[in-house]
Amino acid sequence: MAVIRDFAFQGAQMLLVLLLSPLLTGFVRKVKARLLRRQGPPLLQPYRDLIRLMRKDVVLADNASWLFRVIPYFIFAATWIAASLVPTFQSGLLFSWSADLIAIIAVLGSARFFLALAGLDVGTSFGGIGSSREVMIASLAEPAMLMIVFTLALIAGSTQLSTMAAFMNSPEVGLRVSLGLGLIALIIVAIAENARIPVDNPATHLELTMVHEAMVLEYSGRHLALIELAAALKLLVYLSLIACLFAPWGMSPPTAEPRLLIIGVAAYVAKLAVGGVLLAVFETAIAKMRVFRVPGFLGAALMLALLATLLRFVSRSF
Amino acid sequence: MVVYALYTVAALLVLSPIAVALGVAPRGASAATSLVYGACLIVTLVLGAVALLSLLKYSDTISATALPLGLPWLGAHFRIDALAAFFLVVINLGGAAASLFALGYGRHEETPQRVLPFYPAYLAAMNLVVMADDAFSFLVSWEFMSLTSWALVIANHRLAENRRAGFVYLLMASFGTLALLLAFGLLAGSGGNYAFDAIRAAQPSAGITALVLILVLIGAGSKAGLVPLHAWLPLAHPAAPSHISALMSGVMTKVAVYGFLRIVFDLLGPPDWWWSMPVLALGGITAVMGVLYALMQRDIKRVLAYSTIENIGIIFVALGLALAFKAEGLAFAGALALTAGLFHVFNHSLFKSLLFFGAGSVLNATGTRDMEQLGGLIHRMPQTAFVFLAGCVAISALPPLNGFVSEWLTFQAILLSPQLPSWGLKLIVPAAGALLALSAALAAACFVRAFGITFLGRARSPAASTAQETDSSSLAAMYILAALCLLAGILPGLFIDALAPVVQSLSGGRMPPQGTAEWLSIVPIAESRSSYNGLLVFVFMIVSGATAAFAIHRLASDKVRRGPAWGCGYPAAGPLTQYSADSFAQPIRRVFGTVVFRAREIGEMPPPGSTASARLTVEVRDLIWNALYAPIAVGIAFGAEQLNHLQFLTIRRYLSLVFAALVLLLLALAIWP
Amino acid sequence: MHGITFDIAHLLAGSLVVMSFVQLYQDRLSALINVFAAHALVLALSVAWQAFVQEAPHLYITAVIALVFKAIVIPVALRRIIVRLGIHREIETVVGVGPAMLLGIGLVALSMVVMLRVTADADPLAREDLAFALSVVLLGLLMMVTRRNAVSQVIGFMSLENGLVLAATGAKGMPLVVEISVAFSVLIAFIVIGIFLFRIRERFDTVDMQAMDRFRGEKR
Repeated sequence: MAVIRDFAFQGAQMLLVLLLSPLLTGFVRKVKARLLRRQGPPLLQPYRDLIRLMRKDVVLADNASWLFRVIPYFIFAATWIAASLVPTFQSGLLFSWSADLIAIIAVLGSARFFLALAGLDVGTSFGGIGSSREVMIASLAEPAMLMIVFTLALIAGSTQLSTMAAFMNSPEVGLRVSLGLGLIALIIVAIAENARIPVDNPATHLELTMVHEAMVLEYSGRHLALIELAAALKLLVYLSLIACLFAPWGMSPPTAEPRLLIIGVAAYVAKLAVGGVLLAVFETAIAKMRVFRVPGFLGAALMLALLATLLRFVSRSF
Repeated sequence: MVVYALYTVAALLVLSPIAVALGVAPRGASAATSLVYGACLIVTLVLGAVALLSLLKYSDTISATALPLGLPWLGAHFRIDALAAFFLVVINLGGAAASLFALGYGRHEETPQRVLPFYPAYLAAMNLVVMADDAFSFLVSWEFMSLTSWALVIANHRLAENRRAGFVYLLMASFGTLALLLAFGLLAGSGGNYAFDAIRAAQPSAGITALVLILVLIGAGSKAGLVPLHAWLPLAHPAAPSHISALMSGVMTKVAVYGFLRIVFDLLGPPDWWWSMPVLALGGITAVMGVLYALMQRDIKRVLAYSTIENIGIIFVALGLALAFKAEGLAFAGALALTAGLFHVFNHSLFKSLLFFGAGSVLNATGTRDMEQLGGLIHRMPQTAFVFLAGCVAISALPPLNGFVSEWLTFQAILLSPQLPSWGLKLIVPAAGALLALSAALAAACFVRAFGITFLGRARSPAASTAQETDSSSLAAMYILAALCLLAGILPGLFIDALAPVVQSLSGGRMPPQGTAEWLSIVPIAESRSSYNGLLVFVFMIVSGATAAFAIHRLASDKVRRGPAWGCGYPAAGPLTQYSADSFAQPIRRVFGTVVFRAREIGEMPPPGSTASARLTVEVRDLIWNALYAPIAVGIAFGAEQLNHLQFLTIRRYLSLVFAALVLLLLALAIWP
Repeated sequence: MHGITFDIAHLLAGSLVVMSFVQLYQDRLSALINVFAAHALVLALSVAWQAFVQEAPHLYITAVIALVFKAIVIPVALRRIIVRLGIHREIETVVGVGPAMLLGIGLVALSMVVMLRVTADADPLAREDLAFALSVVLLGLLMMVTRRNAVSQVIGFMSLENGLVLAATGAKGMPLVVEISVAFSVLIAFIVIGIFLFRIRERFDTVDMQAMDRFRGEKR
């Protein structure tokens, strides 16, 4: 009986993240538009976009291989796994012990590996631009993310996300320096990984300086729908990660009490909304960087995370 | 056990003269190829089975024997314990895969009589190194291994670069053996008893052990490919035929790791507090330098050789951690770190062999190793592309394959290290962790480039557009290795439990038995701390991907149309407008290469009105070669030039030299107390 | 031991180190002056918190002095100077931003190890603050060493001084007299440097140190 209930909760999280992610993307777009004194597209527009794309035919290049056709499904599956394993409204779900934070990051990394391959598959120069810049950004963002994981694991005593969330929610955690450094570094890495301003521009699709959009230039129809859904899921993953690690209040412990669950869900939706507003304000306030200033930006994140880890190694009270 | 192993090794050695005889016989070449490789396949499988049995079933007994060969007062001792059994499994698995691959690949060899006689001898030598139980047989087998592989490296001696590769390899192999010889000499002491049992029982002073550690790092490290003694590896490994390259990268470097493990963890006794620091530092630097070099290369096999250097760096970081934990008496953490290192040894031999086999198939099919001439091979060689992709995913440490598991275990070991009290380690370990993370990310970039430029896109030359798929035995070998990679990734608990006796014998502790964990996940420390379940991740990926595909195809649309590539509307761009290997690496070259390689891009534009073409030169300098090797070469040349004067002296001068030597010796005798 | 006061003191000291890193990252003079103002502001907050924790009211005056002089007066004056000198340009660095940050991390690691080893039996709050303070001093020195522009070297010197103030307040017992004299000496040094810069600029039309080395005959 308990197993069925656990399965139900895990399944509910998987469905919840799938349904909420386009809404989050739509919300961020709407807030950005309002900040620029535009009306902006309706909140539910991303759902309509996805349905429209799924119904269309796929137009493949003549020399696109089987890998090109399989990759969107793989990217979607990998990102969905990551989204299902990050605690959202409840910690300690059924499969949360099967992948810790390092594994979640590696799963997202494999999605990125295959996306870069997809950029190279058709053999145009745009795909090459996107893929080569994506791997450059990844070569700095991933180590920074791993150092952040180390910092958090050294504070919380585990790499398991549920344990970390429970620790951060307890009174033992103080206002530590390394946590502050880790938060700044995580925000920078999240911006870089989700292809947001100042690293990449998610709004336009055809400019030469784009990274993510250049890699998916040749995709159409249901393939493109899956890749866009995966990108929305990835944004949700990172916001949920920041929420569960640095603002874990309201998250329900592993229990079936309906009051705690409702609080958990409401708190989660509220955190997503706040995160979305902050992201929109940040993107509107700052300009996009030249591509070769991005390594300096990400290098700063790597240095902050490295400093945080070093402080934790040197003394227990940092 | 060890006696059976020695019989099979003798069988291998017998194959060499048979191969020579067959090679000389008229029209015996193709029969010789099939016979020699087939026999090697069978023999290595038998030997591997013996080793696996002794690792799994008889791990607590040690079987040893002594043969009346070699030095008269010493004999030749051979022994199989848990460590030797594990490395025998690695060696023979690699050997069997290479023999299976070569059944197909070897038919395309131009001069088989330069390869076939040395191949069984090479396999035999590697097995003998691992089984050796005294310093003499160890060193003789080590040198034999170097010499046979050198003969294989210069098998294709008509190319000048292969001859140079063989020369550098021979020099550095001899230098490494000299270092090991000195190390064993110091270990045996003035008593001169070279048997490993005697060395284990002796308690050398701290100064001697420090010197031995340095010498072993130089000797075994240069064979494994530690920076800065790595220079021969990217020259020699690409020069040999591809199955030999796989053996050299995937297996011989592991024999060097075995040498390090045997001497430092077993023969030297309890480690001092500072021993792990040079190992960690060298390992971290090697990892990052290896992969950065790999990103600058155009030759597929050279990319793979530098990637071997990177993985050796990762292994040495894990081994350094194990040494640090052992020095402080933290047996459990040491067991975790050692398991991570040994598991990576096994994993790397699997996927590096797979990748070299793929590169060999591409070389056979297209005649070139230069990535800038290839492209679009996924359409011409679909099966090779599939297994090569599996190898690339495995080596980039992506779940659910095996590279991720050993990387994950290493990170868990790093997370246990704040309990080490030494201040130096408190600084070096986070730095090593950062370098490891950086090398993992750069490795993924390197293999996106290797796979994408070679197999994806459009063909950049006629050779690539007319390639054919490889032989079925080569494909069979690659599929088997890819399946093993997947197995090690989704059922890592089995492999960790198999490694437990080895780890117990070297570090005094072991990881909790993984086979009993829930749902086949691995729990290195404790349930609450961290766990990973590769099987579940794999199943989840397949199920969700398939569900999505099924749902969308049924509910939405499943039509596909073909058309020309969109490419932003640019009409009919030729194949040379795609990204090349150099251009793919350009952002990373600009970020990291300007510091590490003094990389510069020089564009020369013709003056306005001139119809000459513009020219872009990319300059990348190997700073280690310029700083370390080139001055040594210049110094030796200078010294040799000066000593040359001794050739042209008069008889009176020679006599006076003899006289001076005699007087000096008499003086020494007179003064000596 | 892990009270909230402990953590806030650490947070502020750590923010000071982060501000020093942000200073190292800047490549425009006006941004650098803004960051220096923020640096001084964080110092003022940290000293004020120490005053609250140690119940030493004279430290409040130190905090106010740091705030007024170093966060307001000096940045405004510096901005006026660079406008008059006309050097709103990039700072030439001897070492690139990346290697400078790596060196910075190494220096922080070094100062952590040294301070925590040397003061092994002292009050934990004080010794960790001292470790951060030494880091700020070393980072200020690093900035002076890796920049060519005279104004940025002055700012490096000022941030070094901020680190010394942090160390002095953390060590529990810095009398006000010392702070007043320090503040005035800083002011005087500042005026002198300002005059110097003006004279140099008048004479040579530049404040680039490398150019001045050339004039002195020490060509690099």
